[in-house]
Amino acid sequence: MPTFVRTDKCDGCKGQDKTACMYICPHDLMKLDKDGSETGHAMKAFNQEPEQCWECYSCVKICPQQAIEARHYADIVPLGGSVQPLRGSDSIMWTIKFRNGTLKRFKFPIRTTPEGSIDPYGGKPAADMSKIEANGFFVQSNGYRAGDPGELIKV
Amino acid sequence: MAGEFGNPEVVEEEVDILLIGGGMACCGAGYEIMRWAEGTGLKIKLVDKAAMDRSGAVAQGLSAINTYIGTEQDPADYARMVSNDLMGITRDDLAYDLGRHVDESVHLFEEWGLPIWKTDENGERYDGSKGMTPLKDGGKPVRSGKWQIMINGESYKWIVAEAAKKALGTDNIEERVFIVKLVNDKNDKNRIAGAVGFSTRDDKVFVYKFKACLLAAGGCVNLFRPRSVGEGQGRAWYPVWNAGSTYAMAAEAGAELTMMENRFVPTRFKDGYGPVGAWFLLFKAKATNAFGEVYMDRNKEMLNDYPPYGQAAVPASCLRNHLMLKEMKDGRGPIYMDTVTALANLRETLTPREVKHLEAEAWEDFLDMCVGQCGIWVGENIEPEKKNSELMPTEPYLLGSHSGCCGIWVSGPTDVGAPTDEAYGDGIPEHLPKGWNWGYRSMTTIKGLFTAGDGVGASGHKFSSGSHAEGRMCAKSMVKYCLDNPDLKPELDTPVDELVAQIYQPVKTYLEFKDYSTAIDINPHYITPKMLQYRLQKIMDEYVAGVATYYTTNAKMLEVAGEKLDMLKEDALKMRAKDLHELLRAWENYHRILTAEAHMKHIQFREESRYPGFYYRMDHNKVDEENWKCFVNSVYDKETQKWTCFKRAHTDLVDKSKLFK
Repeated sequence: MPTFVRTDKCDGCKGQDKTACMYICPHDLMKLDKDGSETGHAMKAFNQEPEQCWECYSCVKICPQQAIEARHYADIVPLGGSVQPLRGSDSIMWTIKFRNGTLKRFKFPIRTTPEGSIDPYGGKPAADMSKIEANGFFVQSNGYRAGDPGELIKV
Repeated sequence: MAGEFGNPEVVEEEVDILLIGGGMACCGAGYEIMRWAEGTGLKIKLVDKAAMDRSGAVAQGLSAINTYIGTEQDPADYARMVSNDLMGITRDDLAYDLGRHVDESVHLFEEWGLPIWKTDENGERYDGSKGMTPLKDGGKPVRSGKWQIMINGESYKWIVAEAAKKALGTDNIEERVFIVKLVNDKNDKNRIAGAVGFSTRDDKVFVYKFKACLLAAGGCVNLFRPRSVGEGQGRAWYPVWNAGSTYAMAAEAGAELTMMENRFVPTRFKDGYGPVGAWFLLFKAKATNAFGEVYMDRNKEMLNDYPPYGQAAVPASCLRNHLMLKEMKDGRGPIYMDTVTALANLRETLTPREVKHLEAEAWEDFLDMCVGQCGIWVGENIEPEKKNSELMPTEPYLLGSHSGCCGIWVSGPTDVGAPTDEAYGDGIPEHLPKGWNWGYRSMTTIKGLFTAGDGVGASGHKFSSGSHAEGRMCAKSMVKYCLDNPDLKPELDTPVDELVAQIYQPVKTYLEFKDYSTAIDINPHYITPKMLQYRLQKIMDEYVAGVATYYTTNAKMLEVAGEKLDMLKEDALKMRAKDLHELLRAWENYHRILTAEAHMKHIQFREESRYPGFYYRMDHNKVDEENWKCFVNSVYDKETQKWTCFKRAHTDLVDKSKLFK
């Protein structure tokens, strides 16, 4: 099914026109059932095409109510396990439950700067138009590898 | 009334440069281009069919950056590796140029906040949250291979998109708009003038006119029947939303394609398609047959069948598959990754802190980029230190940025010795450029049409970082192109109402015929996008060397495939769309068909088996260096719907003899 939405937790993103999961799904799978005509659950989201789900967890990670989980591919995976994240601003916590009950928890860093803090051109030079046809980019970040000209056998 | 289903509102807009796609390449282009465009007055827009925070191949995240050259290696070493893995036929000019530039993007990612693993002065490993010396100031990355560095990359795309979005500005970004067709110029059919698409949220068609565009909409997934045909078909190895849009739209615009016969058949953890790179390179695990025998040792003599490629220190990915398939066909499967032995061995040499870090990394490797594989491990009670996992070669994928090199023929750098002239006479259509560069870096053979990432053919192994850098190169070229052509007035070769009608045809078909039958999906007047996709996948799987035939085909099978694809193309005009979501699927599948057709035509033309382990022409089952050490390129005529395939000469710009024993 891959990802599914918990009826008891989804609030349809509080009656907005589009939910967070609809906003983020890269494959346009999440849909808000406004009047309940498709699922029987009005103003809640659902995965409209489960066999196209990549299990990328974008919807799981973004849901403000933690209403989305994954029931892994039923044509492949035995039931009973679960892999659930809680994504914060600088790290992500994973709770991993095996079919046999074994539990593991991991925490990994995801970012070293505050979200939204990138200043794309701050402290960087303007582009030098006289160099638009030269190699390299508008800003040098000490990563241009000029290479040994002797390696180029036709130059 | 305009703006309702079946009668879309038409939004027309003229810009100077359109960026089509929102993945790594277009994020790179978006970041670089706004700086060069400052003060020029150029109007720039980016259009993404999804949301940039999580679109493209890096949407889920990554656990490594696979292309980082570093200070110890030369771009020529990189170009050699790319060539070797792709059986000798790549453009050294493109790979070398990428190798020069790629680290610049990696250094920016770190500055923006991407955590990159480091080693300290004693060689101990630390994850990327520890604030150690940045790469640009000489910090030492943790190499998992010659070219790869380890990261904590769950938010990789989120970070890269933030920089691109801020650079571009919200007003210059249109999300949830799927561009489905390029439009040539009325006064010059070899020039691009516009693009059309639709909103997947509102009943709107978008018509853009521009001088230049960057087409970077990913590779192609699910054109072959996948091994999992139930829910699990979503668990494609490459992102399931990559629908061949780059190749199909470029082909219809008349751009020259290259190496469309190339494909990638990754060997991955079975069913979840979790990554194996860290297991092979970082954990030093071995892949074995059912009896614990390492097939790369057991079958090493088979490499001698493919000189000189079989003699390389690291055999090409396809050859490694070739040796593995021998075990499967001879009944010595399943194939396993011996994770148990690998982790036991590591425990003997590392500190307890490092072992704990590495065991967490075994999980993070999947959690960062392939959570689905963890789903399989927990469902099957697999802990890698206690139980080995199966490996499996997947269904074929088409792409140009990973270990594949299909794509579009682009203009390369001028300072690395690339040919500028070549003898015609081998059927190269005369309107096409001679040589490997014709003015603007990364421009296709259609004026004003640029590509990057999966779009650029005959290179490969750019991965995430290289695609970003390649997008940045396009940014400069496109700005230059626009400044060189201030008086260019793009004019669409097709009237807008005709374009709108074409795009919304599946909706019209649905509305016209939906009441003919009582069951919405069974109706002689139309075909659902889903069924059309199944038909395509069945044809490709059974006739064009999919998993059903152990990746084998021959001239007759390809001829049959051609007949079936012709009818499928005709029926594609009868696809229905019952809502905007299905209209998205309809156009994705139209793009898949054209991409699949290009793949089939190229395999048909190349009468050898260049990539044993990826596919076999059983009627020409050898690597034929004498006749086929060349590019196979093609152009498509959208009027006659015919492909023309031809050879272009290959030449080395860096010495390849260093690769071989």
